[in-house]
Amino acid sequence: MAEAKRTPLYEEHKASKAKLIDFGGWEMPVQYAGVIEEHQTVRTKAGLFDVSHMGEINVYGKEALGFVQNLITNDASRLGDGEILYSPMCYPDGGVVDDLLVYRYDSEHFFLVVNASNTDKDYTWMLGQVGNFEVRVDNVTDRYAQLALQGPLAEVILQPISNIDLSKLNYYTFRYGEIDGVPSLISRTGYTGEDGFEIYVSPEYGRQLWRKILEIGAPEGVQPIGLGARDTLRFEAGLPLYGNELGAEISPLEAGLGSFVKLNKAEFVGKVALEAQKEQGVPRKLVGLEMIGRGIARSHYPLQKNGEEIGFITSGSFSPTLNKNIALGLIRADLAVQGDMLDVLIRGKTVQAKIIPTLFYKRSRVEEQVAKSVVRKLEVKYHTSYGSSLVHA
Amino acid sequence: MNPIELKYTKEHDYALVEGNIVTLGITDHAQESLGDVVFVELPEEGAGVVSGKSYGTVESVKAVSDIVAAISGKVVAVNTQVLDTPELLNSDPYGEGWLIKLEADDLSSLESMMTAVEYETFLASEEH
Repeated sequence: MAEAKRTPLYEEHKASKAKLIDFGGWEMPVQYAGVIEEHQTVRTKAGLFDVSHMGEINVYGKEALGFVQNLITNDASRLGDGEILYSPMCYPDGGVVDDLLVYRYDSEHFFLVVNASNTDKDYTWMLGQVGNFEVRVDNVTDRYAQLALQGPLAEVILQPISNIDLSKLNYYTFRYGEIDGVPSLISRTGYTGEDGFEIYVSPEYGRQLWRKILEIGAPEGVQPIGLGARDTLRFEAGLPLYGNELGAEISPLEAGLGSFVKLNKAEFVGKVALEAQKEQGVPRKLVGLEMIGRGIARSHYPLQKNGEEIGFITSGSFSPTLNKNIALGLIRADLAVQGDMLDVLIRGKTVQAKIIPTLFYKRSRVEEQVAKSVVRKLEVKYHTSYGSSLVHA
Repeated sequence: MNPIELKYTKEHDYALVEGNIVTLGITDHAQESLGDVVFVELPEEGAGVVSGKSYGTVESVKAVSDIVAAISGKVVAVNTQVLDTPELLNSDPYGEGWLIKLEADDLSSLESMMTAVEYETFLASEEH
């Protein structure tokens, strides 16, 4: 196997004694203080993630919009400049190549953010879709360090060192700005179910920004967060993970992503297959599960009903927020009935589970406001030290 | 530090011998590498346990691990507290985080286990 790639923040992770693992060919921190503690930090305060392993691909050219529209299942024509959307990207048979974020600079420039482990595959796939489109597609993954600050306090922590008004940066939009004087693409997005930002900077600024955010956030309890908590956070928020809920063998309709598949838009890769699937009804559906018996359902464990196999677990874990064992499973569509019981096969034994909605956790705006108001005093302090002209420039 | 009175295996399990009753658990190193323990499955009282075979499961948020018995015997006590409070394995693996007590068939198999000093050396060698 090729040597593991390292992000610009690798030395920071080593210094902070993070536990490192191989993830999609990258040597990444899986945990620092512990998965549960980190998870709760993000839910109640804010946590900082190194997500520099994510893939970034630029699409330039007169027909950039048309190319992107053909590539993805969601409708990029609805995006204004500076807006972002989430979308699956499918094969002709409706299986999923990857799921990605689509950033629109303007009609001739889109910025696509893809999963780390799929970057090379996606780039090759995209090049293969160029055909007669007048576009240039560039894999620019190495040009960015990407940091994510996620949690109810993300905005109040980041504002004092930002030169743009973050309260005006809406969910799923982005802007250029400076954070701690570092030129940044600031995006109000995330993969945790909390408010937060994803920040793209040149690799050489990665460590500076990482340290700065941890330093100014320390009084509020900001901590670095590893991939372990990233997974439990996204899982509680019902956000799919490629390789678990999504894959070449699972269609976005089966995965419950129908609202990101716009069958009324013109031609796109996978449209015919997905239309047919919608007409005939999806064969399988993704359901949420709450363990009733003792046990944790894990990815690939079989699901049974009356002794007959009806599907499998895609993700399963202890949920730190709900303090319960929950899971996502892909099962025969006709059996996907809320409240029904089924069995998870755990090490040869059947353990009962109940079908529940897949959105296990939804953040409370009220709690967010309370958390923020507690920190307002601090903001004032930092405004003073950084100068208000910078804050409201 | 790993207690001097215990015996250890390469699989990071420990045994405390008191007469012919042997208490089994996982070591501090084991809990440390597992991370937050969120689920424990143990045999019932009266069940038989076979040396070298799995007698239970410990799960952290991300990992599932079999617990392998260092000795054969009959289960005479189960720490039901860890079933409800799995984090005891993290906070106190050598105390409140013990797993089961066995009535040993034959204590001689414990002779192949490591002393605390040998285990420390083994841990150091594993790190490199």
